[in-house]
Amino acid sequence: MNKTINQKAWYFVIPVFVLVAFNAAIPLMTVVNYSFQETFGNNVFAWEGTRWFKQILLSERFHASLGRQFAFTFIILLIQIPLGIAIALTMPKKGWGVPVCLILMSMPLLIPWNVVGAMWNIFALPDIGFLGYSLNAMGFDYNFTQQPGDAWFTTILMDVWHWTSLVVLLSYAGLNSIQPAYYQAAEIDGASRWATFRYIELPKMKKVLTLAILLRFMDSFMIYTEPFVLTGGGPGNTTAFLSIDLVKMALGQFDLGPAAAMSLIYFFIVLLVCWVFYNLMMKNEAQS
Amino acid sequence: MAKITLKDLSHSYLEKQNNNSDWALRDVNIDWKDGGAYALLGPSGCGKTTLLNIISGLLKPTKGSVLFNDKDMTSLNPVERDIAQIFQFPVIYDTMSVYDNLAFPLKNRGLSELEVASKVKEIAEMLELTSTLNNRASGLTADGKQKISLGRGLVRSDVNVIMFDEPLTVIDPHLKWVLRSKLKELHQKINRTMIYVTHDQTEALTFADQVVVMHEGQIVQTGTPVELFEKPKHTFVGHFIGSPGMNILPCEIKNGEINFSGQKIQSHKAIKKSNFSKTQIGIRPEFINFSKDGIPVKIKRVSNTGRHKIVDTECNGGNIKILSNASTAIPSGDAYITFNQKYTYVYGDNWIIE
Repeated sequence: MNKTINQKAWYFVIPVFVLVAFNAAIPLMTVVNYSFQETFGNNVFAWEGTRWFKQILLSERFHASLGRQFAFTFIILLIQIPLGIAIALTMPKKGWGVPVCLILMSMPLLIPWNVVGAMWNIFALPDIGFLGYSLNAMGFDYNFTQQPGDAWFTTILMDVWHWTSLVVLLSYAGLNSIQPAYYQAAEIDGASRWATFRYIELPKMKKVLTLAILLRFMDSFMIYTEPFVLTGGGPGNTTAFLSIDLVKMALGQFDLGPAAAMSLIYFFIVLLVCWVFYNLMMKNEAQS
Repeated sequence: MAKITLKDLSHSYLEKQNNNSDWALRDVNIDWKDGGAYALLGPSGCGKTTLLNIISGLLKPTKGSVLFNDKDMTSLNPVERDIAQIFQFPVIYDTMSVYDNLAFPLKNRGLSELEVASKVKEIAEMLELTSTLNNRASGLTADGKQKISLGRGLVRSDVNVIMFDEPLTVIDPHLKWVLRSKLKELHQKINRTMIYVTHDQTEALTFADQVVVMHEGQIVQTGTPVELFEKPKHTFVGHFIGSPGMNILPCEIKNGEINFSGQKIQSHKAIKKSNFSKTQIGIRPEFINFSKDGIPVKIKRVSNTGRHKIVDTECNGGNIKILSNASTAIPSGDAYITFNQKYTYVYGDNWIIE
């Protein structure tokens, strides 16, 4: 049979090509462009080579915000993953409690980021906010706008409130896919509650937990809106995470070259951590 | 090891029961002798697994009691009952090695490392798992995994009963034979009570000394494979066991005479009275012969299975199947058949009349 040669179908690819070009490729190339040059406006550019990259990588300010970022992400993962699993384990498996729990759990996920930030800002205000006022009434010296420790505490609490549900829902889905025969076999084998969790539930949840950790890592590592609305990076720079610092540099100081270099470094760190983590998990999978 | 008695056992998954179909199990009474090999046979949804889970303690019955050696176990959990159960799908602990999988039930019961090692070694040899003991269990094939499940059930020497819930469903046909004969061999070696649930009659008949046939939540007959074949006590048994199953034909009983299709039929026993709403005769295809006179039938189709010929005939609008030797000449068109009186039974409302 002779095939008719007709290459017109390629036209159908154009919309995708245009879309990807405008929302990813062109903006990214602009950033790359800025990262190697100096500009003083009026579309005048001067070649700088790798200077901005060196400057960022050696700057103490970048080290500090990167450190804060890793600390924040590490802490929220350490809280949200175990807490999410624990909540999923205690959620009912059938009956009217299931929809009630699922809806309650989904609520925080449906609230826009800036609303979450504003909500928590008001909630935590030491003079009129419920949380802030209560803490002070109980004798704690709490003021998140002035004390770095309190600012961290509030930011972390806000993120845990906002995002633990995601881990819960993923873990719950993972738990529900376990065949009842596994629990029955464990019961007959005389396994303790801990052993059942350790040898049945946890291994069966491994895939969804990998996903949960990756999603929570990426989201928390790129967090911007909520801390921006809540603390604005302060007091001082104590809650200025990478993205907040980046925006300050790009829009506050209008240092477009260093900001572009920082964006690229930021992007590569996220990519690298995800790649390493994913490969570690999959390497384990291949062994089994 | 133990004798297991089920007394007036009924179970329903519903809160309220209105009629018979709301019960998964109805009035089950049975004695399982110590050291016996039993098969629980019946179609999907007849209550086999429910019965098994009640014996193992995974399920509490709605009514009735479970006794081990005449001791009431109804409210005890599976660990206290000391039983082993193997499930339809291989259940293995993915992250453990084969060795740790087999050792798991022993370690949970606090046995010393030395005892565990010797028992695991013994069972691994029996199931030919010795060479894979150090591998990750999740890397094995389906039958390898099921062998681990079997091993975890068999590794404890003190269990009262070992129960198998259709354990060979996921296994390749040729391996089924191997594993089934392995189980039979194990039963002879360790001499423990075994209950084997299946919907496959070949599996049931080859494994067990006693086969328990279930139908719609009730035990309809318990007997040796030969008894089930030769004298089904319920039309369901006749129909379910044998290939092709028993011919169940409507008949009328008047004044101690059995009438089928205008012919007088002799059954294995004289029938005195009949106050049933439905009466039927049951005759296996194996026990029908062609003859010069008798019941007139029309031959519709002959299928040759190699060793046998299955003849489909029509009689008064109903179908009768006949199984004859491959060498027998089959008449064509109209023919006459006779029933072997010894194996002709009469059923009133589906139960045998004796």
